[in-house]
Amino acid sequence: MPPELVPDKIEAYAKRSILAVQEYSIFCWEGVSSFFRAPHYWLDILTQGDLIGVGSVPIVVLTGFFTGGVLALQSAASLAQFGAQAYTGRFVSLSMFRELAPVLTGLMVSGRNASGMASELGSMVVTEQIDAMRALGTDPIKKLVAPRILATVIALFLLTIIADSVGTAGGAFVSVFISHQDGDQYFNSAYQALVYSDIIQGLTKPLAFGFIISTIGCFFGMKTTGGTQGVGRATTQAVVVSSVLIIFMDFILSRVMLWLFPPL
Amino acid sequence: MTTPAHPAPATQTPAPVVFEDVSIRFDGPPVLDRISFRVAAGETRVLLGPAGVGKSVLLKLVNGLLRPDSGRIFLFGQEITAMHEEKLLQLRTRTGMVFQEGALFDSLTIRDNVGYQLMERHLPEVEVDTRVREALRFVELERTYAMLPSSLSGGMRRRVAIARAIINQPDLLLYDSPTGGLDPVTSHTINELIVKERDVYHTPAMLVTHRLLDAFTMATHRYDQAAGKMIPLPEGQTDPLTTFLVLHAGKIVFDGSTPELVHSKDKFIQEFIA
Repeated sequence: MPPELVPDKIEAYAKRSILAVQEYSIFCWEGVSSFFRAPHYWLDILTQGDLIGVGSVPIVVLTGFFTGGVLALQSAASLAQFGAQAYTGRFVSLSMFRELAPVLTGLMVSGRNASGMASELGSMVVTEQIDAMRALGTDPIKKLVAPRILATVIALFLLTIIADSVGTAGGAFVSVFISHQDGDQYFNSAYQALVYSDIIQGLTKPLAFGFIISTIGCFFGMKTTGGTQGVGRATTQAVVVSSVLIIFMDFILSRVMLWLFPPL
Repeated sequence: MTTPAHPAPATQTPAPVVFEDVSIRFDGPPVLDRISFRVAAGETRVLLGPAGVGKSVLLKLVNGLLRPDSGRIFLFGQEITAMHEEKLLQLRTRTGMVFQEGALFDSLTIRDNVGYQLMERHLPEVEVDTRVREALRFVELERTYAMLPSSLSGGMRRRVAIARAIINQPDLLLYDSPTGGLDPVTSHTINELIVKERDVYHTPAMLVTHRLLDAFTMATHRYDQAAGKMIPLPEGQTDPLTTFLVLHAGKIVFDGSTPELVHSKDKFIQEFIA
C-alpha cells in the first residue's frame, strides 16, 4: 500500500469503529428501554431463561468444580512451603468468589450463548424472518432482544452463585482426598475469609457480564449481512468481542470495587 | 388488446400507496432515483424489471421496512417517511407481505406461523384455530396445520406465506417475487392464488416479479368462484385494475395498463417484453 494512503486507511478504520460503538450504544438503549414499553413477552423470557440458564448449568458446574480443584492443588503445594496449607480454603474461596467464578462463568456462557444468539438471529435476518416479523407488526427488539438480555443477566447471576459453590466444593474435594487436609479446617478457612464486599464484588460482575453477552450476541446477530457466510462471521465476532469485553469489564469493575471497598 | 367495460370502484378513501420523488441508495449509485407512483384502491400493480434493479427495495419502502434517503411515502394516507417505528408497526398490521422465500418462522408450526398476528393480539385460541384453518383452506394446505416449515416444499411454503399475509384481511398486499425459483406448475398455483385473492377480496396489491409470464397471467385471467379455478379472460381483454410499473436503472420507465405496455415504443420495454 502506498504510504500516502495510510492516513486515509486509519481515518476510515476509526470512523468505522466509532460508528460501530454508536450503533451498539443505540442498540443497547433500544433493548433496555423496551423493558418499559408494552407488550412484554414473559413466556419468551422464561424460554430464554431455560435455554441460557438451565442449559448452561452442566458446563458451569464442570468448569467451577475443576477450577476450584486446580486452585486447591496449586495453592496447597505453594502454601505448604510456608507451612500455611491451612489457608487453602481461604485462597480458593476468595479467588472463586471475587474473580474466577464470575469471569469463567461469563466466558463459558459467552462461548455457548453469545454464539447461539448471533447465529440464531443472524439466520433469521438472512432468511428475512426479522423483516417478516416487522411486517407482521412485531418489534423484534421487544420480542427477541429484550427477553434475551433479561434472561441472560438473571441467569448469569444465578449461574455464578452455582459456580462459587461448586468451585469451593471442588477445592474441598482436592484438599480432603488428594492433599489430605481436614475438611472442617478447609471450610472454616474458606468461610472466614469472605466478607460482604467480596460477595458484592462477585455478584455485581455477572450482571454486567450478562448484559455484555446478550447485547453483543444479539447486536452481531441483528446486524448480520452476507448470507450464511455472514452468519458464521457474526457468530465468531460475537464470541470474540464479548469475551474480550468481559475481561476488560472485569478489570474496570475490580478497580471500582477496590475503590469502593478498600482492603482492610 | 382492449379492456372490459367495468369501471374502477369509487375511491373515497386515500390511495393506499403514494410515492413522491423517492430516492434511496446504499453504497454506490442510487438504487431508486426520484420514483413517483401511486396504487389506487382495488388496484393490483405489477412491478416488472430485470433482476437486481431494486424491485424488492421498492416493496420494502412501501411498508417502511426500509426508509428512503429523500422523497415522501404515504401509506393509507399517512406519511411514513419519518414515522416512528412504534407507530409504523401498528400501520403495518394493515398490510400483508409475502417474501421471496416465504420467510416463515422456522421454529414455529404452520398453525403458529399463519396465526402469528392473531396470537400477538391475544385472540382466543378457538378463534385463532378457526381463522388459521380458513386461511390454510384458501391456499389448499389445511393438512399442513401441525407441520413445521422445514417439512414443506418451496411452493408450499410460499402458499403458507400467502395464508399468513391474508389472515388478518389486510388493506394492502405486497408480494415479493412469490414465484421466484419455482417450477411452472407450482408457479401457476401461486398465480392462481394471487388472482383469487384479487378477484374474491379485491385487496389492492403490489406484485414484484421478473417473470413476464406471471405478470401477463395476472392481467389476462380472472378467478371463477363457481368453477373454483382461474380462467382466461376473453380474447383481447385484460383486467383493468391490473396495471404495470417497469423499473430500469433506478427509474420508473413505464407506468400504465397492459395494452399500453404491450404497445410501448420504448426500446428497453420492447426488448424486455419481447
